[in-house]
This record gives sequence, C-alpha cells and structure tokens, in this order.
Amino acid sequence: MEADAAALIGAGLAYGLAAIGPGVGIGIVVGNAVQAMVRQPEMAGQVRTTMFLGIAFTEALALFGLLLFFILFGAGG
Amino acid sequence: MKVPILAQVVEVPSDVNVLFDWPVVLPLGINRVVLLMFLATLATFLFLYLPIRKARAVPTKMGVVVETMVDFVRNGIARDTIGSQSAKYEWLLIPMFFWLLFLNLLEVTPLINFPVTSRMAIPAFLAALVWVVFVFVGLKKHGLSYIKNSLIPPGVPKLLLILVIPIELISTFLIRPISLAVRLFANMIAGHIMLTVFFLTSASYFVLEPKAVAFVVPLAFAIVITGFEIFVGVLQAFIFTLLTAVYIESSIHVEH
Repeated sequence: MEADAAALIGAGLAYGLAAIGPGVGIGIVVGNAVQAMVRQPEMAGQVRTTMFLGIAFTEALALFGLLLFFILFGAGG
Repeated sequence: MKVPILAQVVEVPSDVNVLFDWPVVLPLGINRVVLLMFLATLATFLFLYLPIRKARAVPTKMGVVVETMVDFVRNGIARDTIGSQSAKYEWLLIPMFFWLLFLNLLEVTPLINFPVTSRMAIPAFLAALVWVVFVFVGLKKHGLSYIKNSLIPPGVPKLLLILVIPIELISTFLIRPISLAVRLFANMIAGHIMLTVFFLTSASYFVLEPKAVAFVVPLAFAIVITGFEIFVGVLQAFIFTLLTAVYIESSIHVEH
C-alpha cells in the first residue's frame, strides 16, 4: 500500500517537474522566434519552420515525463 | 483507480486493452485499431489519387487542394531541408505526411474519435523505418566513415573523445528514433485523454443533474480543445515529416 502511494506521488512529481524545463524552454524558443520575425519579416517562413523544430526538440522532454507518469500511475493504481 | 464522478455513470475498465478488442469477428487479430489504420490508408490513397487521376488543363477544386498540400510537403519540407537531392526521398515523405495526417485527424472525426497514432505500434514502426532510412542513406553516401564522422564531432580534443563518443552514439542512434516515436504517441494520447475527460465529465453531469447546467462548462472546454486537437494533429504530422527530412539531411551532409 505504501509502495503504491509512493508510486502515485512519484507519478505526479515526474510529470510536474518534467514540465518546468520545457515550459521555460518553449517560452525562450518562441520569444526569440517572434523577435526574429519582427526584425526580419522576409525571413518569417524559415524562422517559423525552425521554431517548430526547436519546439519539437524541447517538448520531447516534457513528453518523456508524461510517459513516466503513465508508467508510475500503472504501477501504483 | 476510481474516478469519482465518472464511475457513477460509465464503467472504467481496469485493463485499457479491453477497449480495442472489439469487435472480435475478423481473422488475423484485426481489431478496431487495425481497421481504422486500413481506413486511413484507403483515405490517403483516394485523397492523393482521385482528384488528379486525369490530367486536366484546369484542375478541379479538390485537385487544387491536393496539389497545394503536396507542393507544401515537396517544397516546404523536403526541398527546403534536404536541398537539391530531395526528390529521391519524396517516396517516403509525401505518403508519410498524409498518412499521419489522416491517422491523427481520426481523433476528432465524429463517431470514430480515436487517434490511431496513440497506440505505440504505429509511431514505433514509422520511427524504426526512419532510422533504417537515415542510417542506410548515410552508409550509402559515405561508407563506413559515416559512422566515424557522426560519432566524432570536428575539433574535439583527444581526451574528451572518451566522453563524447558514447553521448553521440546514444543521441544519434538511440534517442533520435525513440523521441520521434514518443513525441507523436504522447501528443496524441494526451489530447485524447483531455477530450475524453472533458466530454465524459460533461456527460456525467448531464446524466446526474441535468437541471444544474453544470455540464455546460466542461462541454465548452471540450469544444475548444477539439479545435486545438485539429491543430495538434496537423502540427504533429508536419513535425514528424520535418524531422525525418532533417535526419536524412544530417546523414547526407555529415560533418567532417
């Protein structure tokens, strides 16, 4: 029972903590992309593609956390 | 796990796989997921083939839509990323984009409401295919020096190589396909869970207390999230195809 509780707490912590870094990271990526688009509107298309690429790489870490949440949730629940 | 409100209205199965075995009438273990996959494959074929099967001077309306989308994948993704040799890899990128698009959009299709890519088998298979393609392209183009060049970045001191080679090995040949598959899978499963939670909460409130109008709030959320999920489905198909192109490009132009 206590191991189950620990797994559930761990599941919550896993996703909560994993979301912090990518949250900040995606903010930085998109913020800088917007700055680049405002300064050079003619490059907007290329910047947007690179922005999505950056978001995809950053977001993957949060999604690993989500996966860990499911694994631990399955172990505890 | 007991879900307090939902448990009063719907039965939550303990094993999620039970949901997919229905209907068990077809041979070879063809279940709901595989049927939907065949449906998406058929839709991809018809979508790409029917509007342009006859060459016309003035294309039909549907033909214009298909041509614009194919042009977006061919030029916006493949050529802008890979460069002049992109035509060699269109056989992979164009069908993959449309197949993933249809598989993802099944999530918001009425009466189906199930994203096939939220079962790990399909993203995992596609990621393995992409892995084979980019390793094969690199080996064909550079021979065995592809492995050496992708493991040893230029300008690294000799002593640091002990640290750098394992990191590059893991990040290039292991994390790349895993993160490609997990990104698509986790995005679709997260969206599906959000939609399920909001729609079922709304339905539960409606069944339990229809006079209290509380079911309107989760319903409004669910409708907004449905729009968001259309965006996510298109974006994930785009990102999967774009990353495939980026990986192929990094195999062609590996640093020396």
